[in-house]
Amino acid sequence: MNTIPILSILTVIPLAGGGAALLASGQSKTSRSIAFGASLLSLAVAAAAWAMFDSGRGGAQYVERLAWAPSLGIEYHLGVDGLGLLMVLLSALLAPFAMLASWEIGPNRNLYFALILFLEAGLFGTFTALNFFHWFIYWEMGLIPAFFLIKLWGGPRRTRAANQFLIYTLAGSVAMLLAFLALYAATGLFDFEELARLARNGGLDSALFAKLGGSFFKSRETLATVVFFGVFLGFAVKAPLMPFHTWLPSAYTEAPAGTSMLLTGAMSKMGVYGLLRILLPLFPGQMRAMQTPLLCLAVATIVFSAAAALAQRDLKRMVAYSSINHVGYCLLGIFAVVRITGDAGTGSADRAAALNGVMLQMFNHGLTAAALFYFVGLIEMRGGGLRGLDDFGGLRKVAPVFCGLMGITLFASLGLPGLNGFVGEFLIFKGVLPLAGWAAAASTLGLLITAIFLLTILQRVFSGPLPSRWSGWKDLTSGERLTLAPVMALMLLLGTCPQILMRVANPAALALSKLF
Amino acid sequence: MNDPLPWLILFLPLLAAVLIALFLQGKPRLSALVSVGAVVVSFILSLDLLAQFLGGAMLSAKFNWLRVGHLTIDFALRFDALSLLMVLIVTGVGAVIHIYSVGYMKGDPGYPRFFGCMSLFTFSMLGVVLSGNFFQMFIFWELVGVCSYLLIGFWHRRPAAADAAKKAFLTNRLGDFGFFTGIILVWSMAGTMDFIRVREEMMRNPELFDAAATGVGLLIFCGAVGKSAQFPLHVWLPDAMEGPTPVSALIHAATMVAAGVYMICRVFFIFNVPALQIIAWIGGLTALMAGLIAVQQDDIKRILAYSTLSQLGYMVMAVGLGEPPAAMFHLGTHAFFKALLFLAAGSVIHGMSHEQDIWKMGRLKERMPLTFWTFLAGALALCGLWPFSGFFSKDAILALACEKSPTLFAVGIFVAFLTTFYMFRLILVVFFNRSKSDAAGHAHESPLIMVVPLFVLAAASIFGGFFGIEQFLAPQFAPAPEAASFFIKAAGFGFAAFAAGAVTAFALYFKAQSDPLPAQMQWTCGLLRHKFYFDEIYAELIDLTQESLAKAANALDFVLKLVIRALHGTAELTGRALRLAQTGNLQTYTLLFAAGIAVVLYFMLLH
Repeated sequence: MNTIPILSILTVIPLAGGGAALLASGQSKTSRSIAFGASLLSLAVAAAAWAMFDSGRGGAQYVERLAWAPSLGIEYHLGVDGLGLLMVLLSALLAPFAMLASWEIGPNRNLYFALILFLEAGLFGTFTALNFFHWFIYWEMGLIPAFFLIKLWGGPRRTRAANQFLIYTLAGSVAMLLAFLALYAATGLFDFEELARLARNGGLDSALFAKLGGSFFKSRETLATVVFFGVFLGFAVKAPLMPFHTWLPSAYTEAPAGTSMLLTGAMSKMGVYGLLRILLPLFPGQMRAMQTPLLCLAVATIVFSAAAALAQRDLKRMVAYSSINHVGYCLLGIFAVVRITGDAGTGSADRAAALNGVMLQMFNHGLTAAALFYFVGLIEMRGGGLRGLDDFGGLRKVAPVFCGLMGITLFASLGLPGLNGFVGEFLIFKGVLPLAGWAAAASTLGLLITAIFLLTILQRVFSGPLPSRWSGWKDLTSGERLTLAPVMALMLLLGTCPQILMRVANPAALALSKLF
Repeated sequence: MNDPLPWLILFLPLLAAVLIALFLQGKPRLSALVSVGAVVVSFILSLDLLAQFLGGAMLSAKFNWLRVGHLTIDFALRFDALSLLMVLIVTGVGAVIHIYSVGYMKGDPGYPRFFGCMSLFTFSMLGVVLSGNFFQMFIFWELVGVCSYLLIGFWHRRPAAADAAKKAFLTNRLGDFGFFTGIILVWSMAGTMDFIRVREEMMRNPELFDAAATGVGLLIFCGAVGKSAQFPLHVWLPDAMEGPTPVSALIHAATMVAAGVYMICRVFFIFNVPALQIIAWIGGLTALMAGLIAVQQDDIKRILAYSTLSQLGYMVMAVGLGEPPAAMFHLGTHAFFKALLFLAAGSVIHGMSHEQDIWKMGRLKERMPLTFWTFLAGALALCGLWPFSGFFSKDAILALACEKSPTLFAVGIFVAFLTTFYMFRLILVVFFNRSKSDAAGHAHESPLIMVVPLFVLAAASIFGGFFGIEQFLAPQFAPAPEAASFFIKAAGFGFAAFAAGAVTAFALYFKAQSDPLPAQMQWTCGLLRHKFYFDEIYAELIDLTQESLAKAANALDFVLKLVIRALHGTAELTGRALRLAQTGNLQTYTLLFAAGIAVVLYFMLLH
């Protein structure tokens, strides 16, 4: 429909920018400026895509299709619906924010900024590709820069954290790759939309069984379930879902602040995105069969990660666990929509609400969690590497603006109405409560614990008497204020006018809710 | 309808807060002026609105806020007798307290911040009052919680204040989860969150909530339990006295805690009979418990805090007994006299250089006569002596209890006795008995800007009962049968309780230098002094849960790590074992090769 391949341009900009930043070696300032400019440019392109998006209809827009290797079912197929567009915009917003957070990063600055851009390209590609072949390339492309970002610029235990991160995610990816090869072997298809169409007609399971069934896989259900688990594992590790989360706390904690921001803000959304874009449409039956254990895992993710955050004494680790907790609400919403309730009419309204909530939560958590990591990074920088919960106190006196803005972010994170986090959580609970009441009820415990530890952070760091060694603590500089201003403005804006996001999310959510 | 008036009333205080936050941080005088100006103008505008309403105008304002699936959520302002009354209380009493704060907070380094928070609070409270649907109410409801967090923790360098702020927020949040769940259930079952439409749905289909009706009602009520500090979530309110005294007056007497009562009046239609019964008993229990605890407190603000709890218990009980107008009536008069009592207590504290222990005060009647007389007026109104405003509203509730439930009536009368008793104890010790500290000797009357508000509130406390608030509200709720004879019975019992309380207090505390009760009733007084050990029990429970949860989370992570280590270890061991085969020795390879051939031949030839 449109002639400009806007999504390809979007992905190419950071790639080209990253290359240019690398080439400008020796001049770290130039390369930094190039990189930052490239990220701003992609933000502008993403914003343009946002502005021109037709919210009147569901389905993919800005579609690009090019035959690539037709005999293998491989096609260059791009397109975004509301969900993809939300994620694209989120990634585009976070990349410059993350760069500003690591503005003065140590050695090899040009490599650092180039890697951030490559990571951004991987994100864009993942959120726009509709054919497994190049989608998977982008999926992995996000992983490699992240590995090096942790390994080269991370904290003292970075090597271990980076290895763990890489191996863990790779294991998930391998499982997913095998599953998709099985799907391809059975159907000859790599295209998400076509696979989904097949699944809707019930043809996917039988095609799998016809091709791969036999002595080992005795029944149709077993085979399909095995394939389902392969795909599921890839996403579950990335999101993460308990018990596949153990890589996350150390990876987020050891990574430099800017990288943590991208990891939690955008990369964790790749898993959730995959669940919505791929797993739900391709395997609705398997998800329905597995709903109870899946819901249990989501509830465990929510409650246990909140409890674990409460037990931590390191600010960064706390924020990392709280990130798992917040993504957990997305998982809860997704796993609940597959349930069948007695009343079809209200059931579909609840599904739409839950899916809308999931999408809002993905975007808003990305924003809030990134901002939280930014603040923790600032604390770490000013505190000379200290970031223990009990290392500080009374900072509010010397840094009122710091305290005020971080306070707003913490309150946004605990879901205060009027700030961005609330509407998503509300809608998720609104959808889940009628669909799976027990799971929603158990998850409210997570909400409460979250409030406890976030307020504890606020109190321990900023209230009480000021230790003398922090009396020289600097409030936010004007540069930092400028960095934060757009983020804070967005938090307030999206909290008071969530319709801005809903306009785009709602058609996608409605389309997804019709699957059931 | 695009009348700007309703929006102005709501948003003026927000505008003030934003202005102060962004531009007036270094300008204390101007920030106070902006904040006071906003609330006063809001008050005047609401008077205008009242005039329009009495003239028969139907006011509402709304716009479409959010579209979810095929549903929409509106942002709607609702004006009826109930909300108008509340708007007048919030802006009226609020304005007086704002003005008083100009004097009370003078010289505080956080002066602009204080007024910014006060304005934000007024905005949130008005939002709760004017909400036309559950969702919007919940939003402002939480904002009220945050504002109280900010104001209670205003003196953030005091650890106790930071603790109290956190406790208030979290306790409220606990109740709010019930509220939250209740709202979602209502939305799911009724398909709408608009108050009027939910009510219509319920009328059209009385079985709407079916078996869940009691549950839904009680979940919604949970919100009020938190915000109005009812048993068992009452623990935050007394601690919240860590905030500056005007905050106590505004948030913890006149308005915020009233939000809970207001809310259950607003959605009264949602409660069925069993739910109402539980509500009534929670109210009665809270009234009784708080009244008992107040008898043995020594901090002037804490005594008032527990009396607030106790009066809130009355209001909740009245709603539970099916009579929201009575509850709102008492809410209105209580807002006047409790704000007065807190501000007068603030004046005492101010005069005593921030001493709050009543046993260190004494003879203040001579040193602070204006404060004394206004305090007395507030206290008599609280005790419910005719013709003070408290008499009428309390009498209405007692009459109601007398008619509906003899047990609750007895509780109510006993609480009335307790109220008089602890208030006279307070007055005797603080204003009459010999002074027990230097500070009391040097106490001074407060400046005019603090005393004039006291007079305004005193006038309202004395005459507030004659306005017929109940009649104003009655048309909105089902008309209740009037039973005049019970009024007399209730008034008689009420007066007896008052007299008994006053006499007992005189007998025990007239010229007392210390509290004689603990010596006589050691065990009971210990129990009361420690507030029935609620804080200790809760702290223990929370520690236990927190610890076990954290331990479980840690254990889970540990087990998972072990599993992963095991996987890792297996892979590594296999690799190492296989590495042994790679000796690099040609002879070994030849040997293995030959052995392999032998094995293959063996199988081929023998099978």
